Amino acid sequence: MDEYLIPAVDGVAYGLLLFVVAAGLTLAFGVGDVLNLAHGTLYAFGAYAAAEISDGSWGSLALAALVGAATAGAGGALLSVMLVPLAGRGHLAQALLTFGIALVAGDRLIALFGKDDLGVVVPAALDRTVRLAGHSYPGYRLALIGVAALIAAGLALLVTRTRVGGLVRATVDDRDMVAMLGISPFAVRTGVLAGAGALAGLAGALGAPIIGPGPRTADTVLMLSLVVVVLGGMGSIAGALVAAIAVGEIQTVGVANFPAVAPFALFGAMAIALAVRARGLLPSGRPT
Amino acid sequence: MRWILYPATAALLALLISFAWTLNDYANQMLARILIVGLLAVSVALLTGVAGLPTLGQTAPYLIGAYTTAILVHHDVDLGIVQLLGAAAAGALFALLTAPLVVYARGTVVLMITLALGELTTTVAGRWKSVTHGTDGMLALGRVVPLPGLAALDTDGAVYLYTLAVVTVLVTALLLALRSPAGALLRATRDDARRMRASGHPVAGYLTAAYVVAGALAGVAGALLVTVQSYISPNDGGFDVAALILLAVVIGGATSMIGALVGAGLVVATRDWLAGAGHAPLLLGCLFIVCVYLLPNGLLGDRAALLRLRTRRPAAPPSRDAAAISEQISEDRAAR
Repeated sequence: MDEYLIPAVDGVAYGLLLFVVAAGLTLAFGVGDVLNLAHGTLYAFGAYAAAEISDGSWGSLALAALVGAATAGAGGALLSVMLVPLAGRGHLAQALLTFGIALVAGDRLIALFGKDDLGVVVPAALDRTVRLAGHSYPGYRLALIGVAALIAAGLALLVTRTRVGGLVRATVDDRDMVAMLGISPFAVRTGVLAGAGALAGLAGALGAPIIGPGPRTADTVLMLSLVVVVLGGMGSIAGALVAAIAVGEIQTVGVANFPAVAPFALFGAMAIALAVRARGLLPSGRPT
Repeated sequence: MRWILYPATAALLALLISFAWTLNDYANQMLARILIVGLLAVSVALLTGVAGLPTLGQTAPYLIGAYTTAILVHHDVDLGIVQLLGAAAAGALFALLTAPLVVYARGTVVLMITLALGELTTTVAGRWKSVTHGTDGMLALGRVVPLPGLAALDTDGAVYLYTLAVVTVLVTALLLALRSPAGALLRATRDDARRMRASGHPVAGYLTAAYVVAGALAGVAGALLVTVQSYISPNDGGFDVAALILLAVVIGGATSMIGALVGAGLVVATRDWLAGAGHAPLLLGCLFIVCVYLLPNGLLGDRAALLRLRTRRPAAPPSRDAAAISEQISEDRAAR
């Protein structure tokens, strides 16, 4: 039983972490129509902040989370400004810009922190196994499940219950109409990209013990969150949550117990989901 | 301008041919690699710019063509034309099988489906050890004999000339095909699929044909890669390769095949030549950022076509190709 249960709990932690990252990417796509290939790099900002700042005390972990979220949020806002001259030029131009930025930032991160994967120190209270109902679980992951669930719930409340959230949802539905109401699409997009960046940075700082800082971090996180965004239906937060948990389980239960199938599961699921829903994913009248 | 095009092309070709004797082995190998990436980029541009299917997945038929060739080399098939045809057939077959997944979608969805196809192919290449030798890669040592009766290619210069010949022939053939009515049909499908369907054109069929041709071209590029480096591994067709090639095509202007070749040359030269000091990502990143701001239509992109590609709305102005074809149809009907 343990061989499934523990990876399954791991999978929930992994999935919620991915959700926090991918929620930002899916909002940026839905709201700003931005295909942000630098999103994984923003996660890496947070992960490196945790590796540098966190020294085992609670305060340093909180500071790392703050620094990670702030730098990545600033990165997101900067990205929004840099995208201004590309208005109306489509996703390929955005891909060119954001991939270029990701390459430059990745090179600078390696220059600053070296080519090795860095380890992350977490508070001792979390760095042990916890016994719960006769099973032992890694403590940090249980705590991460709690924190990530809080972040997810907060995000859901923000999007569904506040005026700002309403604006965001309205922009997803009909960007031009929101602009007609006198609300600057640039301000909405900058806000969403900064928020998305901050979420990614926060996830990086908290998730560093799971997907740690290293030269491959940005690519891994970008790939996984792209899969989540696509499986979840591009722009849908609830969809992203379900997809993120599914991807988390594939990456943990799947890899541990079905090593022959797991490598194909992610992209196989993505290809099938897209092919089946190809028409549903193309909302009428809005170019994708 | 047209009158200068043919002599200029001839002079450029003569210069490229002379490199086989005037440059050293290393430079010849590098040029051959640029040509190979260029051919792959042409297959991506055919889909992205001409058919309107932006793709991150042409590395899949590229890898399949390369592994087909490596397996042929292992079975002592050293005839170049057989290797090329085998790789082209394998790439085309892959495209034919996956076409139903690709040709009904548009825009970013195609990008994601092809990304998944590319990643699945790399995963298969990394895990099907009995055939591909897994992530260790596969050596394929053997001198290629281009055509029966010719001498084997035993210098880097000769391999470069062989690559140059294959790429030139294929790109020329593709350019001619794109200038024919077939090319007009494809561009019209990209510009206004609804109107084409309403005129009775099998839109999915045209896109499938383009996708299969692109698969065959990518397969040939894979075969040439094995000839040049005598080795193939899943890394030769990973996501980073796919992304670089798509971006090279965007730099080249997406709608232009020659632009794709030049863009691929720029990207490979930046990555492998300029970045001798080891900051390839930094230089490539700067190249992308500079290009996206300074070249809104790429190096050789067709401005009007790109505009329609970006704003695919019912209200977008109809293209000349689509208009010409529907006029042709109504004239035909009237004549009857």
